Amino acid sequence: MSDENEIIDVSDFDPQFRDEIAAEPGGEHIRRCFSCSTCTAGCPIAGVTEKYNPRRIIHMALLGMREQVLTSEFVWLCSVCYTCYERCPQDVRIPELMNAVRNIAVREGHVPTTFKVQLEKLREHGRLHEIEDYENERRAEYGLPPIGEEAEEVRQILAKLGAEEES
Amino acid sequence: MARFALYLGCSVPVRGMNYEMSTRQIAKRLGIELVDVDGFSCCGFPAKPLDWRSGLLMAARNLALAEAQGLDILTLCSACTGTLTEANHRLKGDAKLRAWANEQLADLGHTYKGAVRVRHVARVLYEEVGVETLRETVTVDLADFGFAPHYGCHYLKPSHIYDHFDDPENPQSLDRLIEATGARVVRYEDESQCCGGGILGFDEETALMVTKQKLDHVTAAGADALVLICPFCAIMYEANQRRVENIYETEYKLPVLYYTQVLGLAMGFSLEEMGIKLNRIKPRELIKQIRELASQ
Repeated sequence: MSDENEIIDVSDFDPQFRDEIAAEPGGEHIRRCFSCSTCTAGCPIAGVTEKYNPRRIIHMALLGMREQVLTSEFVWLCSVCYTCYERCPQDVRIPELMNAVRNIAVREGHVPTTFKVQLEKLREHGRLHEIEDYENERRAEYGLPPIGEEAEEVRQILAKLGAEEES
Repeated sequence: MARFALYLGCSVPVRGMNYEMSTRQIAKRLGIELVDVDGFSCCGFPAKPLDWRSGLLMAARNLALAEAQGLDILTLCSACTGTLTEANHRLKGDAKLRAWANEQLADLGHTYKGAVRVRHVARVLYEEVGVETLRETVTVDLADFGFAPHYGCHYLKPSHIYDHFDDPENPQSLDRLIEATGARVVRYEDESQCCGGGILGFDEETALMVTKQKLDHVTAAGADALVLICPFCAIMYEANQRRVENIYETEYKLPVLYYTQVLGLAMGFSLEEMGIKLNRIKPRELIKQIRELASQ
C-alpha cells in the first residue's frame, strides 16, 4: 500500500488496464463502479486490516495502475465471501472482479506460494488432502467407505490449460 | 426414495469425518439414499483464482460424473457447493461455454449436458425433507441447549445462483433446522460474518483476526455451541480455536458442532455414531445429557 503523501506519476499508468479487466471473465462490470464504498464498509477483511480495501483496488485499476495492482498482495486478500457482491448497488461483482485480476496476475507470473502449493497437491492427488492407505484405514475405523484418488484427469485438466507453465 | 450422489470434496473425508458420519446416518434414517460416485475429485475451488477455465473444467468433470449416474449432487462443504453450483449455472446458461467445456472433457471421456442439480445437505433438509418432517423424527429433547448458527458464505451467496432459496442478509434455514431439534437459536453480533478461511493460506494472521471476532461474539452471547455446515468453517472455528486463544491470550473452549450431528443426536443416535469423539472441543453438557438418557 503506497504512502498517502506519495506523488503518483500518471505517465506510468496504463489507460487500457480497465478494458483488459473488463475483457476477462468476472471483470466485465468494472466500469460500473462509482466508488460508493459499500463493498469496503461491509468487508470482513477490510474490517480487521487496512491492507485490504476493495474500493481502493478498483479505483487503482480504473486509474490504470496496472503494475501496482498486479504485483501487490492485496488482490489475494479477498476472502470471496460475496458480501459485497450481494450489496453492490452497481453490480460490480467484486469477488469475480478480484478473481479476474488474479487470473491476469497469474499469467504474468505473480502466483502466491500458497496457491503454488495447492496446485501441486491437486496435480499429485486430484484433491487438496491426499487420501492413501493411512487415511482410508482411519476412515474404516469410523465405518466410512474407502475413497480413491483421481489425480490423472485433474492433472490433464490443469496441464491442458497451461497452469503448469504459468505456475 | 430420494437419491443423491454424495459429493464429499477434499476436506470432509479427511478432516470432517464426523460431518460425513452424521450425514450418512441421518440420510439413512430419513430415507435418502446417498450414492458414492467413483472418480469425484476436488471441486475446482482452488484452481479458479489461478485460471478460471481450469476451475470450471474441474467442476464440470464432477458434474459429468454425477450426470452419467443419473443423479443430482448433495454437497457437505459450502465452498464445493458454491463452486459446483456456479459452474453448473454458467454451463447451463451458456451453450457456447458448455460446448467448449465438452470439447475439453471429451479427451477425458466425459460429457456434461446440464441435467444435474447441486444442493447442500442443509438445503435438502430444509427444502426437500422439511422442518415439520424433521421435527417428527426427533426423540431426544434438546430444549436445554442454545446453539449459535453459522451459515457461512458459500451456502447462500451469491444468492442468484442459489435461486434465492434463502435471504443472504437475513437467512432462516439453519435457524429453522436448529429449532426442529428442540434447541434454542442463540442470536449474536454480526452473524453473517465470514470465517476468514478464504485467506488462511495467504495471510494467516489476518484470517484469524476475522475468526476471532465470531468466537468473541458467540461466546459473549452464551451459546452452548456454534453450529455450522461447512468443513472449512469448522477448521477456522474449531481446529484453529486454540491458535486464536494463544495469539490473543484468551480462552473460549467453545464447542463447534456440525448441524447434522445436532440433528442426529436429537434423532436418538449415539455419540459414537455422530462422531463426537472427533470434535476437539467437547460439548460437555450435551454429552452428559445424552449419556444420562442412554443409561435410563
